[in-house]
Amino acid sequence: MSPKTLYDKIWDAHLVHEDEDGTALLYIDRHLVHEVTSPQAFEGLRLAGRAVRAPERTIAVPDHNVPTSADRADRIDDEQSRIQVEALDRNAREFGVVYYPVSDVRQGIVHIIGPEQGWTLPGMTVVCGDSHTSTHGAFGALAHGIGTSEVEHVLATQTLITRKSKNMKVEVTGKLPPGVTAKDITLSIIGKTGTAGGTGHVIEYCGEAIRSLSMEGRMTLCNMAIEGGARAGLIAPDETTFDYVAGRPHAPKGAAWEAALAWWKTLHSDADAHWDKVVTLDASEIVPVVTWGTSPEDVVPITGAVPDPDSFADGKAESAKRALEYMGLAPGTPLSEIDIDTVFIGSCTNARIEDLRAAAEVVKGRKVKEGVRAMIVPGSGLVRAQAEEEGLADIFKEAGFDWRLAGCSMCLGMNPDQLSPGERCAATSNRNFEGRQGRGGRTHLMSPAMAAAAAVTGRLTDVRELT
Amino acid sequence: MQKFERLTAIAAPLPLINVDTDMIIPKQYLKTIKRTGLGVALFDEMRYDANGDEVPDFVLNRAPWRDAEILVAGANFGCGSSREHAPWALEDFGIRCIIAPSFADIFHNNCFKNGILPVVLPQAQVDALMQDAEQGGNARLTVDLEKQVVVGADGTEYPFEIDPFKKHCLMEGLDDIGLTLGRAAEIESFESRLAAERPWV
Repeated sequence: MSPKTLYDKIWDAHLVHEDEDGTALLYIDRHLVHEVTSPQAFEGLRLAGRAVRAPERTIAVPDHNVPTSADRADRIDDEQSRIQVEALDRNAREFGVVYYPVSDVRQGIVHIIGPEQGWTLPGMTVVCGDSHTSTHGAFGALAHGIGTSEVEHVLATQTLITRKSKNMKVEVTGKLPPGVTAKDITLSIIGKTGTAGGTGHVIEYCGEAIRSLSMEGRMTLCNMAIEGGARAGLIAPDETTFDYVAGRPHAPKGAAWEAALAWWKTLHSDADAHWDKVVTLDASEIVPVVTWGTSPEDVVPITGAVPDPDSFADGKAESAKRALEYMGLAPGTPLSEIDIDTVFIGSCTNARIEDLRAAAEVVKGRKVKEGVRAMIVPGSGLVRAQAEEEGLADIFKEAGFDWRLAGCSMCLGMNPDQLSPGERCAATSNRNFEGRQGRGGRTHLMSPAMAAAAAVTGRLTDVRELT
Repeated sequence: MQKFERLTAIAAPLPLINVDTDMIIPKQYLKTIKRTGLGVALFDEMRYDANGDEVPDFVLNRAPWRDAEILVAGANFGCGSSREHAPWALEDFGIRCIIAPSFADIFHNNCFKNGILPVVLPQAQVDALMQDAEQGGNARLTVDLEKQVVVGADGTEYPFEIDPFKKHCLMEGLDDIGLTLGRAAEIESFESRLAAERPWV
């Protein structure tokens, strides 16, 4: 047998049919569904008189529109948001899929609760009408976003029409320096390869620095594979993965666990597998980074300065000028002199328990700078409960943070948590696009520890100065 | 789905790289439970000012590009979210073809599900077509899917590659789900194999 990559192996294990021209029908093990990209798909089924083929493999949860305020179970003020959440509720019940309503403590961001509940397992195919589905690649699952037409297709057939992508290896060698996190790795990779660097590829992340990451860190890394343009990101499962999965509500148990484990242990790229593209980074050279512009590739070390647009080639100069104008920044300004108005710690990128622990460690014994609006939005009801149990919530509240309920919150401004025009935000989310967090809002992406440091000082800050 | 065969139309120039899905249609329009009527929201934050009035110098607010059916844009068009609202808005506005040096994966797929043809051409050729687009009604472009060629205003032909299956579906206006349900027996046999080999899934 010819040597295979991890992606090749998962692909082969899910192939229902392949045409000579490469068009393939791939079986989908898990279909995650949220309220924004599914109503038109369910409506399509209804109009055609079709059922959901595998409701037990279909998991629905509202997250994008739900407010994160304490009274949200009783009321969603925005009429359109309410209609969308109610539509999911109706569709989930009518079609009989697995469902976590707003009132369920297990509700949360779809990419956080999938792994948390053990729905996401190594070697699976996972899709969702959401680009950050790449998150689940952290388990060695082939996971990616799809559009609403494809959501309808998966609901009706439990398969996806697709073509095989190319194989790309991103190796991060050596050990990470102190104060440097998975978010810094993922942003640094995008800074190096660009937002289209992974286009047409499935990335496998490997190397010592990746192996040493926790599952939370690996999810942060894979979450942003899409920001690098990749179809999906993958990390081969290992003991860290198996330890995380064991005992989760929907993980296999007993003999099934042993059988699953035996297969999972074969899920790694063969030594002489073929790679279409290889990128290597030295972990010791990665530093805490932030974004300065309106694309996730606009990455600079926190110790650096806002770049000069004319220093860019290939049509990027025009975009950079536009970005600086939007961001209200002048070239040459040291990053550490940029004042912020708001801090958002949350999102499917960085709202897991480890992220909250990292932020709490910086915040402990300190106060949020006067005039700064700082919020923490746990990724799920269970993360929230755990953070309360561990005393993290008290640390945040004492420091002056707003302690919110689970949801997508300020990552994308579809709910009441939004930036006002010109408001500058230190955010742990994944996109700094124009208007993403609210019309005219200015987003700087960074790790939870860096966002916590910014909350304390009121400006972009090198977290290493505070530890 | 609307078929796409051959189109001769005004092309609008959008010489920006990394045009993301939040630019194409911002989040407040994603709250709809319908697919239709999103054309008014296309490029909302570039097209309208804070009062909701049209920004006069934005290309799609200007004659003749108001009537554009083709968009010529920079690399990595459609990056960002999986929202199919982006092609829904483009289609509803009247855009049937986008020409760029590269597209983001999910957006590229979504176009084909909505009768929109994304054409990938080398940067130099996109630059030439961008110049045509800037001349508006005096330099209409022709896109012929059957022959896989874009014809510039001066008659220059720019051949392009396309996935044969996607071309077939677009030319015939085919419904994917209907096609796949024709393979129900293969799906069932895969499911039996799955139940035997990986029962934990």
